[in-house]
Amino acid sequence: MVACNGGRLGEKVNEIAEKFNVSQNKYEVKPVFKGNYTETMTAAVSAFRAKKHPHIVQVFEVGTATMMSAKGAVYPTWQLMEDSGQAFDANDYLASVTGYYSTNDGKMLSMPFNSSTPVLYYNKQALTKAGVQPPKTWEEMETAGKKLQAAGYKCGFTTGWQSWVQLENFSARHNIPFATNNNGFGGLDTELTFNGDLQVKHITKLAEWQQSGLFSYGGRRSDSAPKFYSGECAMYMNSSASYAGVKSNIQGFDFGVAELPYWEGAVKKPQNTIIGGATLWTLKGHKKDEYKGVAEFFTFLSSAEVQADWHQFTGYLPITHAAADLTREQGFYQENPGTDVAITQMTSVTPTPNSKGLRLGNFVQIRDIINEELEKVWAGQVSAKQALDKAVQRGNKPLRKFERQNG
Amino acid sequence: MSRIPAFNHRWLPWLLLGPQLIVTLVFFIWPAGQAVWQSFLIEDAFGMSTEFVWFENFAALLTDEEYHSSFMTTLVFSLGVTGLSMGVALLLAVMADRVIKGSQIYKTLLVWPYAVAPAVAGVLWLFMFNPTIGIITYLLDQMGYTWNHSLNGGQAMILVVIAAAWKQISYNFLFFLAGLQSIPRSLIEASAIDGAGPAKRFWTIIFPLLSPTSFFLLVVNVVYAFFETFGTIHAVTQGGPGGSTSTLVYKVYDDGFIGLDLGASAAQSVILMMIVGLLTVVQFKYIERKVQY
Repeated sequence: MVACNGGRLGEKVNEIAEKFNVSQNKYEVKPVFKGNYTETMTAAVSAFRAKKHPHIVQVFEVGTATMMSAKGAVYPTWQLMEDSGQAFDANDYLASVTGYYSTNDGKMLSMPFNSSTPVLYYNKQALTKAGVQPPKTWEEMETAGKKLQAAGYKCGFTTGWQSWVQLENFSARHNIPFATNNNGFGGLDTELTFNGDLQVKHITKLAEWQQSGLFSYGGRRSDSAPKFYSGECAMYMNSSASYAGVKSNIQGFDFGVAELPYWEGAVKKPQNTIIGGATLWTLKGHKKDEYKGVAEFFTFLSSAEVQADWHQFTGYLPITHAAADLTREQGFYQENPGTDVAITQMTSVTPTPNSKGLRLGNFVQIRDIINEELEKVWAGQVSAKQALDKAVQRGNKPLRKFERQNG
Repeated sequence: MSRIPAFNHRWLPWLLLGPQLIVTLVFFIWPAGQAVWQSFLIEDAFGMSTEFVWFENFAALLTDEEYHSSFMTTLVFSLGVTGLSMGVALLLAVMADRVIKGSQIYKTLLVWPYAVAPAVAGVLWLFMFNPTIGIITYLLDQMGYTWNHSLNGGQAMILVVIAAAWKQISYNFLFFLAGLQSIPRSLIEASAIDGAGPAKRFWTIIFPLLSPTSFFLLVVNVVYAFFETFGTIHAVTQGGPGGSTSTLVYKVYDDGFIGLDLGASAAQSVILMMIVGLLTVVQFKYIERKVQY
C-alpha cells in the first residue's frame, strides 16, 4: 500500500501502479490518496503510531529531516535494495535530485519520485506587446515589469510557494546560506540565516513592487496561478511541474519558460536551483517478503521508460540519467520548448553547500512562519528586514524543539 | 407515602446510565486524559523518543507571543460571530414573526443554511470573496475598494466571521422565533392599548421575555465560535494571513497535525478545556442572574 498525494497527477500515479501490477503477478501496489502533502505525511505518521501504516509513503521535501530522524520508522532505500537483492546503483540517479535525500556519505534514504524546481513562465504575447525579452536577471525583471505596466498590464509577475521560490531557491541561486551547518546537512544544531543582506534587499524590492503593482502576491501555494492564466500577470514563477497545468489553463496566449532570474549586481554567474516535490519513503514494520515487492516496484519506477513518460507528462524532473537521455532521443525537448529549462538550471553548475538543498527539522512550521512574516511585508505592515529578522528568530524555535525531540 | 423512588434495584440505574457513561468515557474522558498526558511530553513525530517534561510545554506557550495573539484573535472572532449571528437572527425572527402570508416559505428559506456543512459554507463565501475571481471582490473593486483577504488580516477576519456567523443565523433564528411565538399575545396587546409603540413594546416587553432564549443562545454561540468553526476557518483562510485568523482551536490543529508537535498541541487543548469550563461557570454564575425566567 502506498499513501500518496493525488490531484491532477493522481491518475498518472494510478496508471504507473496499474502497469506494475500487470507486469508481474507476485505483488500488488495500491495507491491511496490522502490529501495534500502535509495531510499525507500526518496521515502516515498517525498510521505508524497506530501500527497500520502503508509500506511506502510519499513525503514532500520539507518533511525530509523529520523522516531522516525517524530511524526506527524508516527503511532506508539503499538498504532496502541491498536486502532485497535488487540491482541498484546510486550513480544512475541525478545527483542534484538525490543529494537532497541522501546521507552525508551519499547513501540514498528515499526514492525520488516527483522532483521539480522553480522556473519562470511568461506570456509571450504580453512580452512582445511591451517590447521586452524574457528577463534573465532581476534588474531586467524590473524594467520589463515597468514596460508591461506601461503597455496596460495590471501586474508584471506573481509567484507560487513564496518561501520555496523567493527565499530558499533565491539563496541557493545566489550561493548564500539559508541556514548554518551547510543548510542543516551538518547536524541538528542549525540556525537560520536567511536574513542576510541580499535576501533583505530582494524582499525589500518585492515589497516595493507589490505596492507599485509590478509584483502581485496571490497566496501561499499555487493560488496565484489564475493571475497568470487569466493574463492579469504577464509572468509567473513556480515549479517546473506546473507546466502541464499552465499549458491546459492559459487563455488566449502562448507561454514560454525561462530560468529563474538572479541579481546581476550580486552574482556574476547564478548557482543551480534546488528541488521541491516529494520522494517515496519506505516504512518499517511489515513482512520481509513484502519489502521485496517494494524494492521491485522501486526498480520498475526508476526504469528509463516509466521515468521518461512521467517526466514528459508531468514536467517533473527525470530522476535518472537514462530517463533524461531517452527523453532527448525521443525529441521531446524539441517539440516542447522550455521543458528542458528546469534540467539545465539544475545541472549546469556543480552544486555548492549553499545550493545542495535544505535539511531543516520542523520545516513545515518554519515555512508557515516565513509565509506569515512575508505576508506582513506584502501588506505593508513591516519592512523586509523586520520580517526576515522576526522569521529567523521565530523559526529557530522549532529548530531547537526538533533538536530536543530528536537529540 | 414513602418518598423513596420506585426504583429500588441496585443495577437498574446503572444499566440505564450505562450507555451514556460508556460514550462519555470512550469519547470524552479517555481522549481528554490522553491529551493531558501528551501535554507533559516532548516527543518526535513518530513517537520514537519521548521525554517527560512536566509543565515545559505550558511554560513555552505562556511566553509565546503567537499564542497571546491567537488568544486575542479568538476573542475578536467569538465576539464578532456571536454578535453578528444573534443580532441578525433576532432581527429576522422579529420580522418573520410579523409576516402572515407565506411565512412558512420565509422560515424554510431562513433555516436552510443550517444544513450546509461548515467547510462548504466557507468555500461558498470564499468563492464570492476570492481576491482573483470573486464576484463581490469585483463589485467592491468597481466601487473603488480593494478586497484581498489573502493579504489583509482585517478583511480575512471579517470574511471568516461572516462565513461562520451565516450558518449560525439559521439556528439562532429558529430559537428566537420559537421564543417570540411563546410570548403571550395578551401582554403585547395590553401594552399596545396603553399606547406603547412597536419599538417600546420590543424593548420593554418582548426583549426581556426573550432573555432565557438569548442566554441559552449566547452560551451555544460562544461555544460554537470557540470550537466548531475550525472547518470554516480551514476552508477560508487556513489561519492566515500572518496568523490573523488563527484561533486557539485552529492553532491546536496547526501545531499538532501540520507541525506534528504533539506536546505543544496537547498543552493547548488542555488550556482550551479549562477555558470552556471557566466560560460555562462564568456564564451561568453571572449572566444567568440577570435573566428573567
